[in-house]
Amino acid sequence: MAAENVGWWGVPLAIAAGTMRGGTPFLFVSLGECLTEKSGKINLGLEGTLLTGAMSAYAISYLTGSPWLGVLMAGVAGMALGLIHAWLTQQPKVNDVAVGIAMIIFGSGIAFFLGKPFIQPSAPQLPTFNLGGWSSISSLQEALRISPLFLLGVALAPIMTWFFKSTRWGLFIRAVGDSPDAALAMGVSIKKVRMLAIIAGSFLAGIGGASLSLYYPGIWSERISTGQGLMAVALVIFARWQPMQCLYASLLFGGAQAIGPALQSVGITQGYYLFNAAPYILTLGIMILTCSPTRTISGAPGALGSGS
Amino acid sequence: MQTRNRQHWGKTLESICLPVAALLFSLFLFGIFCAAVGSNPFDVYASIYKAAFGSWRSFQNTLIRAAPLMLTALCTALPARLGLVIIGNEGALVMGGIGAIIAGLGLGGHALPLVVQLGMAIAGLLFGGLWIGAVGALRHYRGVNETISSLLMNYIAIALLNHLVNGPMKDPASLNKPSSFPIPNVDMLGVLPGTRIHYGLIYGIVACVIAYILIQRTTFGFAARTAGGNIRAARIAGLPVGKLTMAICFLAGSCAGLAGMVEVAAVHGRANESLNANYGYSGILVAFIARYNPLAATVVAVLLGGILASGGILQRVHNLPDATVLVFQGLVFLVVMYSESLYGRFAIFKERSEVKPTRQPAAVV
Repeated sequence: MAAENVGWWGVPLAIAAGTMRGGTPFLFVSLGECLTEKSGKINLGLEGTLLTGAMSAYAISYLTGSPWLGVLMAGVAGMALGLIHAWLTQQPKVNDVAVGIAMIIFGSGIAFFLGKPFIQPSAPQLPTFNLGGWSSISSLQEALRISPLFLLGVALAPIMTWFFKSTRWGLFIRAVGDSPDAALAMGVSIKKVRMLAIIAGSFLAGIGGASLSLYYPGIWSERISTGQGLMAVALVIFARWQPMQCLYASLLFGGAQAIGPALQSVGITQGYYLFNAAPYILTLGIMILTCSPTRTISGAPGALGSGS
Repeated sequence: MQTRNRQHWGKTLESICLPVAALLFSLFLFGIFCAAVGSNPFDVYASIYKAAFGSWRSFQNTLIRAAPLMLTALCTALPARLGLVIIGNEGALVMGGIGAIIAGLGLGGHALPLVVQLGMAIAGLLFGGLWIGAVGALRHYRGVNETISSLLMNYIAIALLNHLVNGPMKDPASLNKPSSFPIPNVDMLGVLPGTRIHYGLIYGIVACVIAYILIQRTTFGFAARTAGGNIRAARIAGLPVGKLTMAICFLAGSCAGLAGMVEVAAVHGRANESLNANYGYSGILVAFIARYNPLAATVVAVLLGGILASGGILQRVHNLPDATVLVFQGLVFLVVMYSESLYGRFAIFKERSEVKPTRQPAAVV
């Protein structure tokens, strides 16, 4: 066990490593959800998208030997699911939360069905930057094995902030999400903007799936996602719909997820399963603290969930 | 009066025809999917029918699976009348199972079997009820989105179950699949005379009938439906919206909790990870197809129970992965969602006279 050399230091080290590894899927899914929700629609089905992305990435990487092609395919598969969600939620009288639940079932069904043959074989993983070469401690080296996907996600957060703030399309999305009437007056097609925002968001969620199956934990199985796609929805609320806050929140959640395994690695197995619930309890706790029955949360897109 | 009646019938007919059409259309889509992966769709249909309803033996199997579905469906259907989308069915079921096993192990051997069973049922109702009741309380007092909080609580309940059966409650004899100690055989729920179907089916049907009467025929149900239609109007009318929310959520959760008790006391005899067998998630689907009508939920639960029961045969005969059933459920769900947009679009279901149809209440979801 790697933690032997470092003793108790293994715990904070493993949690720090977890923030980056476990935080990467959170980061992509939450940025995707943020983009979607800014346009005024909720996509609860990103859990299904995440699973489909993880499966597609793994399968393509195994079949072609190119993990980067797998990442691309994960995004494309995500877009396909996003298209279904976007089309369905724009029908009259169709509730986007309910469609999201349907998409979770459908997406995970597709992922498990098509992914069945790929559970056994091992696919080529994404290359990593090994920044820990200077150290002789193996667990430190392990913790500093940083994925390019993580760096990509970190770069994406400020880019998205800039996109919302300073570009034409960013303005369109904000207008459609905050005040559809104003957007209509501007001559923006609400339907088209929402369609694109949902599909682009699903693309990002698919990439988040790829980071699960091709980086950490780096396998494909039916239990690979532990609800990251769902927690991302809560995470976006916590982040007040701001991409940079999504980044910080994702790191926090990744760290929370690593607590159980980190304690287990130094021999604390008591309550292992309870520590595994840490991210969910954290999410719930955050929601209880930040929500209020009387006022809407600051930063929420005005038309979010109103069905208009 | 006559026109009112006709309109009423048109609406009823519409809410039967559209889900049936949606089911048929999703069967068609599923057939295309099967053909795409290289199976003959008609053979697959035949296998599903055979496995679900083909013989008395397989139909009993279907009914055994329908029992928890009826109960978990109520966990989504009841709050939906209040305008809440609750999907914590799986968690409430697991909590009900935990409550039932605690009561069963505590009372087992110390009391008459009937008392033990009653104790397990009450514990299941209570645990599940408090679990979803908490979701309702968070919604009312803190404004926490009930869909997300109930989903998160699913994961917390499952983690709690894993913790208990791997730790404090673990039977050392259960190696491959960590489980709690089993409840004594005499205390298990029995079967209906002459069948293999356990009493859980009766629980399910009775719960659905009570739920229907409660929602459609009592002042409590009327208050809940009013609040679901327009919460501001309900507040102005002086309805206790908070109490209603909590009461409905408690009842909803206790139904799913009872499903967990049935699984523990009639099927597994102990608590382990088999409890979280997706009955909760399938129950959501039942509630949506039944359009939150508890009576319709019994019928839909039997249909879906049949589809779930056919998972094994699809794997054995057609070499399709077990996730096939999940794909089919997903397709049904998506098509049913789409069919929501078709209500009121077909002239056949409408009243043709001059009387303007009364405005539909706001969509429940």
